[in-house]
Amino acid sequence: MNTLIRQSGLSRLFDLSRRDVITLLIFAAVVLTMPIWLAPLGAAYPGLMQKFAIYAIFAIGFNILFGLTGYLSFGHAAFLGVGSYTAVWSFKLLTMDILPAILFAIVVSGVFALVIGYFSLRRSGIYFSILTLAFAQMCYSLAYSVLTPITQGETGLLVARGDPRVLDTMLGVQAQTGGVPQPSMLGTTITGYTGFYVCAVVLILAFYVSQKIFASPFGMALRGIKSNQTRMVYTGFNTKPYMLAAFVISGMFAGLAGGLLAATDPIAGAERMRWTESGNVVLMTILGGVGTVIGPVIGAWVIKYFENIFSAINTGTLNEWFAFLPDGLQGVFVTVLSKFVGEGWHLTLGLLFVLIVVFLPGGLLEGSQRLAARFRRKKQPQRRELRQMEAGE
Amino acid sequence: MTALFAQLLNGLDKGAAYALIALGLTLVFGTLGVVNFAHGALFMLGAFCAVTFRYLLTIEVVTTDPTQLSPWGQPLQVRTPIIQDWLGDWGAVIVDYSVPLSVLLAIPVMAAIGIAMERGLIRHFYKRTHAEQILVTFGLAIVIGEVVKTFYGPNPYPQPIPSDLRGTADIGAWFGLAPHILTYPIWRLVYLLFSLGVIGGVFAFLRFTTFGMVVRAGMADREAVGFLGIDIDRRFTIVFGLAAAVAGVAGAMYTPLLPPNYNMGMDFLVISFVVVVVGGMGSLPGAVLAGFLLGILQSFASMTEVKTLIPGIDQVIIYLAAVAVLLLRPRGLLGRRGVMES
Amino acid sequence: MNAQTPNIILHATDVTKNFGGLKALSDIDLQIEEGKTHAIIGPNGAGKSTLLNVIIGRIPPSSGAVVFDGTILTGKAPHEINQMGISRVFQTPEIFADLTVLQNVMAPAFARRDGPFKVNMFTSVARETEIREAAEGLLNDFGMWERREDTAGTLSRGDKRRLELCMCLIQRPRLLLLDEPTAGMSRHDTNTTIELLKRIKLSGMTKVIIEHDMHVVFSLADKISVLAQGRIIAAGLPQEIKENPRVREAYLGETVQ
Repeated sequence: MNTLIRQSGLSRLFDLSRRDVITLLIFAAVVLTMPIWLAPLGAAYPGLMQKFAIYAIFAIGFNILFGLTGYLSFGHAAFLGVGSYTAVWSFKLLTMDILPAILFAIVVSGVFALVIGYFSLRRSGIYFSILTLAFAQMCYSLAYSVLTPITQGETGLLVARGDPRVLDTMLGVQAQTGGVPQPSMLGTTITGYTGFYVCAVVLILAFYVSQKIFASPFGMALRGIKSNQTRMVYTGFNTKPYMLAAFVISGMFAGLAGGLLAATDPIAGAERMRWTESGNVVLMTILGGVGTVIGPVIGAWVIKYFENIFSAINTGTLNEWFAFLPDGLQGVFVTVLSKFVGEGWHLTLGLLFVLIVVFLPGGLLEGSQRLAARFRRKKQPQRRELRQMEAGE
Repeated sequence: MTALFAQLLNGLDKGAAYALIALGLTLVFGTLGVVNFAHGALFMLGAFCAVTFRYLLTIEVVTTDPTQLSPWGQPLQVRTPIIQDWLGDWGAVIVDYSVPLSVLLAIPVMAAIGIAMERGLIRHFYKRTHAEQILVTFGLAIVIGEVVKTFYGPNPYPQPIPSDLRGTADIGAWFGLAPHILTYPIWRLVYLLFSLGVIGGVFAFLRFTTFGMVVRAGMADREAVGFLGIDIDRRFTIVFGLAAAVAGVAGAMYTPLLPPNYNMGMDFLVISFVVVVVGGMGSLPGAVLAGFLLGILQSFASMTEVKTLIPGIDQVIIYLAAVAVLLLRPRGLLGRRGVMES
Repeated sequence: MNAQTPNIILHATDVTKNFGGLKALSDIDLQIEEGKTHAIIGPNGAGKSTLLNVIIGRIPPSSGAVVFDGTILTGKAPHEINQMGISRVFQTPEIFADLTVLQNVMAPAFARRDGPFKVNMFTSVARETEIREAAEGLLNDFGMWERREDTAGTLSRGDKRRLELCMCLIQRPRLLLLDEPTAGMSRHDTNTTIELLKRIKLSGMTKVIIEHDMHVVFSLADKISVLAQGRIIAAGLPQEIKENPRVREAYLGETVQ
């Protein structure tokens, strides 16, 4: 921690430790240069990059709850969906500008999180997981049935030309000639690349907020709750409001992600609230590394990347790849592998889920650190081991 | 009044399915301490046992029928299910009764799958956190679902009710009411009785066998049983196989009521977890009670009168009940103190 | 209360606790003087831990009341009781095993400074120089400064106990409750702990110690209450207790053998 105290002028500006500032700067550079470094990986499409940024935000938010407090929510997709619906309604009723839409998405999902969290957090462990799942399923079922006037059920909520858009009318913003109006930000229409850069900037901000929370006494209290609730209460912390605050913040991140989904593609559907979506964000977070700042981002990127790559592969591509093999063998390879790609991507996803939990409980980040540590250990014994040897234990 | 009674009956068969799934889930949780999110997938696999069984029975062979002639004067070539070819009329009866008979296939297959699951994966998670158990079984559920999808495709497979058991039973008449006032589909009645039989069987097994006694002791106090020096590991495996078989037969028999597809496991899982929690984690009678209660509750909520009064209630009633029970009676209806509460 | 009479900081009156039909505590009257070290001794199953749990609010008494500095403790949540200035060391150390040693000591300091709940998510722990220095100072006193960056879960059992003591002390509690602070320790570790506790004694903090080990009790206590079968059978200065025939018979006799 001594190294953290020394600070440059720059870090004072951000009020982060030097290490965090460096991480943040590198992170920002990596995010903003995505169109460059993703090109050779074949993933530099604006639409896909938007998803990278948005799902990273979703996972960062989820990690604030699961990573810091250890409470496993199986209903976070509800907030994603609520955020999307709110944003589209803002497009319909107020203005096509995305700033109020995103703001409303955050606020409304925050309110939902407050209510759901208030009840769910009265229980812990598996009961908490089931309660969040039950609430999310309720939201999902209602969105498909009774709430159809608000959600448009299976069709999904769309922006239409004839919507009132009170603010736009008041301010005299002209609807674009012809077609359905597009979301914009301060007059600039959101297209592929602008959409990506908006999401990228929001992601960097979200990452910064997450860093701040991790480094704050608040974050330390949340970790304390995960580590030992008994000690927390006998130390004078009232753990309930801490948990609720973490839940609401995490729900607001999900709402923000949902709002951005709507901002880049102004449609909201109930399938966004399904428990599979909740399961996805859990997987992203644990794949990258629960409880680390960067882990969930990596997890979200890896999953979205492979989802994109794997689901695009078909038997044709496989046949090309294995053309060098003898015919019979080629046939076998292609038949087997084709079950894991394209439509079968979910099978790969499920296997990945199992393998990660079994072999890499700490996620990719910890896995790579362990690997690195193993290399280093060969050269010299680690410092902690030396210390333990001195202590004679 | 009879309308209410009819709804009660309608809820019972669904409740029976919930109860059977929840029973296995609770058994596994109570003895092994594992939260199995793949249990719904086992129900689904059981349903596909019925599908497979019927498929195997109805593989057709081409035979010549000397008694009939084709327009060209040749003996007529007919396609008959293989079993009918072997056993004649008896074969036709077997095909007709494929769903109830598939239970015979489902029991060994599902028990084997359950044992393989426990040996191969679940065993390594006894000491891990509940969150990790949830995650790994959740992943497993996805894998099972997708594998089934690969082999059977995404579309549901309707299964026929044996022709003798189609139609409705005039239950009202049995109790001295005028005819046709209170009727109930026969197959649903069969399912209900079958479920009660399985539940009774499981309870009797746990109650009257030494094996069952050890299992019950294990549910009450896991460590103590460990101290007795009993080979717990082998018993755990068997318990898991038993739970899988129960879920499997529940699924197989349910196929005529709901055509199975690869996704149904998850839908039932979410609900049956709610059932387990409502009944009280680790309580077998609680799981059965909650299963029936929630099935009936859902049936009542689906009544037109109720739906017009509170729109959408049929969609959320189960979750609403779960939330209410968890908040008012945190241990569930019949849950014991200290289960999953750290 | 005039200046001469000692200030009673904690007062338990007629505390009774039943578990089902079992009477764990009956009619306990206990007065803890401010600034003193008060030991509660007694054979196994005498109800010592139950008494401590009643004081801390973990178990509600069946009847009677515990008053701390003019406030009734019954019905208060554990965190509220802590916020009033009562800290507790547990029989098996309760620490944050996943956090570093330094964070373990800093967290209670935040609770003392910021109260039971504060969303201070835009300040940085690293920037809290004052609290960090206090924590490091305390760790230094307890000989654990070198290990401040280690994960607390990796500490030895004795170190965990010392860490837990640090976590309580940084809160500068008005009343410190110690539940068998030397249980399971080697003779050497026990002596070190006695030395540390003596040092705290000099700072004028009120302490209640539940202890088995007579060596520890007579090294530290200003006053002793003897508990047997849920009742206080004797209370007084260490010398009086040593000479009390009833105590010798009920308790000390056993240990002398």
